Amino acid sequence: MRTLEQTTQEVLDLASKHFNVPAGSLAPEDDFFKKLGIDSLQTLEMLSRLENHFGIELPDYEVQGVSDFRTLASRIQSRL
Amino acid sequence: MKSFSGKALRWEWREGVTELTLDHAPANEIGLAMLEDLERFVAAMVSLAPDTAACIVHSERKHGFSAGADLRELYHAAAKLSEKDRVSGVRNFLERIHAAFNAIDAAPFTTIAAVHGVCFGGGFELALACDIIVADKMARFAFPELRLGLIPGFGGIPRLKRDLGNAFIRDLLLTGRSINAARAQSVGLVAQLAAEGEALRIARATAAQVVKFDGVTRAAAKKFIKPIPYEDLRREIDIFCELFARPAVMAALKKFVESTDAMPYLP
Repeated sequence: MRTLEQTTQEVLDLASKHFNVPAGSLAPEDDFFKKLGIDSLQTLEMLSRLENHFGIELPDYEVQGVSDFRTLASRIQSRL
Repeated sequence: MKSFSGKALRWEWREGVTELTLDHAPANEIGLAMLEDLERFVAAMVSLAPDTAACIVHSERKHGFSAGADLRELYHAAAKLSEKDRVSGVRNFLERIHAAFNAIDAAPFTTIAAVHGVCFGGGFELALACDIIVADKMARFAFPELRLGLIPGFGGIPRLKRDLGNAFIRDLLLTGRSINAARAQSVGLVAQLAAEGEALRIARATAAQVVKFDGVTRAAAKKFIKPIPYEDLRREIDIFCELFARPAVMAALKKFVESTDAMPYLP
């Protein structure tokens, strides 16, 4: 079973890979909208990638108001 | 008319298959331009049908199949009218949408929606009017209408009731959440999953299979298995219009249109 730290790192790696941001340049406390330069439709794309990667469903309302990677990872962790 | 290019969509017939391409910036929002082009397509179906075994509906827009009704157009049009004229205006629009979607639903050829990205609200309803949905892994489906104080108004609930279990529909409708393509396939909404970017290719392969079958038999089989829920569809328009008359709806539309929220497409 993944730890929250592992989950967080996987979220950062996935975001870095799919949104063309240099590996290692993202931190758990970063705002993903600002760091990735994504809009709301791209956020949905990120949601799909996270769901496919972790094998979970993550309802949109769980992500409402969330903008940092660490909190996003904790939402994912609670569904693993 | 075997080919056509309009403001919001185009179609092209080739070897028994018509491809209907939605291409209206930014995300194929369904307003007057899309409706008028869909009505042109429906009118052309009469001449297309004898030589068409399958029709693929897909999107050229990067973000997805369709983000749904053009809420900005709806809000700005409604804001200029009296309350009474607003409701009759929206009823007129819905009746035209229903006529177009019902015709696509009942088309004598097999319709295949090739879905990528967002397939929300009215866009989801257009996909539901098709016989088969092929979706790539990044597709997402949602009915976010409740956050606007509305229900889906383009025929979505009657069509979902036709196809799927009530518990799943309650989850989608009452939470407004979006679901991914894998989940949609697990409940029977999506027939085939495609790798990212491959939905159209798979839809074309499916259409090539359909072309092999006798047209009269295919049309008879479809008519037998796919009833159009006309009574529920009419009731949906009535409920939508009753809800639309409430001041809360215009307030919610105004909020959406003026939103600087980072996630306006999320419920």
